[in-house]
Amino acid sequence: MEIKLEALFQDKIDQEIKIEPRDWMPEKYRKTLLRQISQHAHSEIVGMLPEGNWITRAPNLRRKVALLAKVQDEAGHGLYLYSAAETLGMSRDEMFEELHSGKAKYSSIFNYPTLTWADMGAIGWLVDGAAIMNQVPLCRTSYGPYARAMVRVCKEESFHQRQGYEIMLTLSKGTEAQKALAQDALNRWWWPSIMMFGPNDDNSPNSAQSMKWKIKRFSNDELRQKFVDVTVAQTEILGLSIPDKDLKWNEERGHYDFGVIDWEEFFQVVAGNGPCNKQRLKARVDAWENGAWVREAATAYAEKRELRTKNQTEAA
Amino acid sequence: MAVNKDILIDYILHLADNSMILGQRNAEWCGHGPVLEQDIALTNITLDLIGEARSLYQYAAELTGGNSTEDTVAFLRDVMQYRNTLLLEQHNTDWAYTITRQFFYDVFHYYLQEALVNSADERIKEIAKKTIKESAYHLKWSSEWMIRLGDGTEISHLKMQNAVNDLWEYTGEFFIPSETEIEMTEIGIAPDLTLLSKKWKSKVEDILTEATLSIPSSDFQQKGGKKGLHSEHLGFILAEMQYLQRAYPGSEW
Amino acid sequence: MSTKEWPLWEVFIRAKQGLNHKHVGSLHAADLQMAIENARDVYTRRMEGVSIWVVESKHVHASEPSEQEALFEPANDKIYRHPTFYDLPEELNHM
Repeated sequence: MEIKLEALFQDKIDQEIKIEPRDWMPEKYRKTLLRQISQHAHSEIVGMLPEGNWITRAPNLRRKVALLAKVQDEAGHGLYLYSAAETLGMSRDEMFEELHSGKAKYSSIFNYPTLTWADMGAIGWLVDGAAIMNQVPLCRTSYGPYARAMVRVCKEESFHQRQGYEIMLTLSKGTEAQKALAQDALNRWWWPSIMMFGPNDDNSPNSAQSMKWKIKRFSNDELRQKFVDVTVAQTEILGLSIPDKDLKWNEERGHYDFGVIDWEEFFQVVAGNGPCNKQRLKARVDAWENGAWVREAATAYAEKRELRTKNQTEAA
Repeated sequence: MAVNKDILIDYILHLADNSMILGQRNAEWCGHGPVLEQDIALTNITLDLIGEARSLYQYAAELTGGNSTEDTVAFLRDVMQYRNTLLLEQHNTDWAYTITRQFFYDVFHYYLQEALVNSADERIKEIAKKTIKESAYHLKWSSEWMIRLGDGTEISHLKMQNAVNDLWEYTGEFFIPSETEIEMTEIGIAPDLTLLSKKWKSKVEDILTEATLSIPSSDFQQKGGKKGLHSEHLGFILAEMQYLQRAYPGSEW
Repeated sequence: MSTKEWPLWEVFIRAKQGLNHKHVGSLHAADLQMAIENARDVYTRRMEGVSIWVVESKHVHASEPSEQEALFEPANDKIYRHPTFYDLPEELNHM
């Protein structure tokens, strides 16, 4: 029975028929999705922190409202994704518990500090750029609610990268000091950005199954290569240089070759040893715990009001 | 009657700084709200407030002339030149203080716009026409939160009553007219603050009563913000806000 | 310290006058009023709507996916319900 269902399920996937919440699905598909979507949602929420840092310090009012709107969008994206994950049978509170206890992961990139204003440029340009590379194919992912959430995310995301690139452009055309800020930010964010695509394909155990289920459509290395290829030209327009001495055009492959990624650093950050892991998690836990009385009070008030309405109707 | 430009600018700055400084404070919440949906809600309010401040700063910059822009007005004035009231620079403290501060301002801000849509100054009038819609929503939102938390749990009631008690002494300043406001009222640019004060009190009493919160009996009111005599907090707010403009003078961003 | 989670609501937005309300997603809110406001703040930040419906998710009743064939396939062969089923002379325009 189970085997037959699974064959039918794979058949639907192969025919590009979307899977919807109440459809039968293999337990492992459900779990894989739940892990991926919740991780994605957590990344949006934790991702608010490094940029949120700079809202009160934005250098002018135009930049301030743009950054504020961008960070707010990330809250919205987290929300859409949590909603998609909730259709798989886990509540948002349960997902938060997993994040707060350290059981659930989020994108490692957000464990790096934002030291200067140029980091707002570098994050928008590189981190959002890498995220978009990942996210566009997810608009066609096999699970309906996830795909729909991603369509909304991608639509809103389109201003984020432009916002970041414009900051970089203004800095790189600015004073010597500003140009130096831009180059320094590129130096610090480049490698973490290309690590965002995850381990190399031969070292990414779940990839094959995810591709078969069409949760994923491109491999980590394919997406990473695509990102490097488009980013080089963008860097040239800025007049900045990518901190990789091995970066060069490979005529034969039709792609840029690039240097070896320091996976030791990547796995250290994933394991919790990045510069800001503890700080980021603490900020989320604090927000959640300090908000508990607010959430409780709203529930209590809603219950009271419902009771009052009921009593009034009965009395009438 | 001819309008004195400096006094008009001073009045515009008072309107703008109120919303700017509250926006700056609210922005500190972004990413730290009690629940995702409300994080987004408060940020929407913040964006409205900063948007309003920008329109007013742009007007002030035009009147000032020279190389003045919204940014030179916002980023290159020091504490003594800021004209916001003291309430708006108070710490966020927690959601109870933030909501209460917002509510006290929203009531004032809404009735102020209601009057300013009839201002003798065309530009202020236009800005108020846009702002009043935003402000009506802010007032609805913060009133509901006042009631929800005041009449929620024992803990939330206590926290709200504390916030109301602590912030009360900063509410009277809205209605103590500065010399600038007196002149602006005389020529029909600014409204009569005594009238506004009555509306404010009546609305605040209604909502606090529904929220089961008591109205503080103390009559003592702090003042000074309108003429640049601020609390210690404003210096820190501006230090943070203006840091890049001060560290890299004259740069484009 | 686990407190009761705010209920989940489904959000429907009318993009402009004349169109249906369309499901856009969900959110959490403590009460009805908050649900509408949250929907406004979350789902209409880019002028996506002129009207909002919210329904608490637990009140949505759905058809069973296992009954999909029984429910929907019988309609497949009723082609006479579609205008193209009928042969009419070419010269007859606009019908």
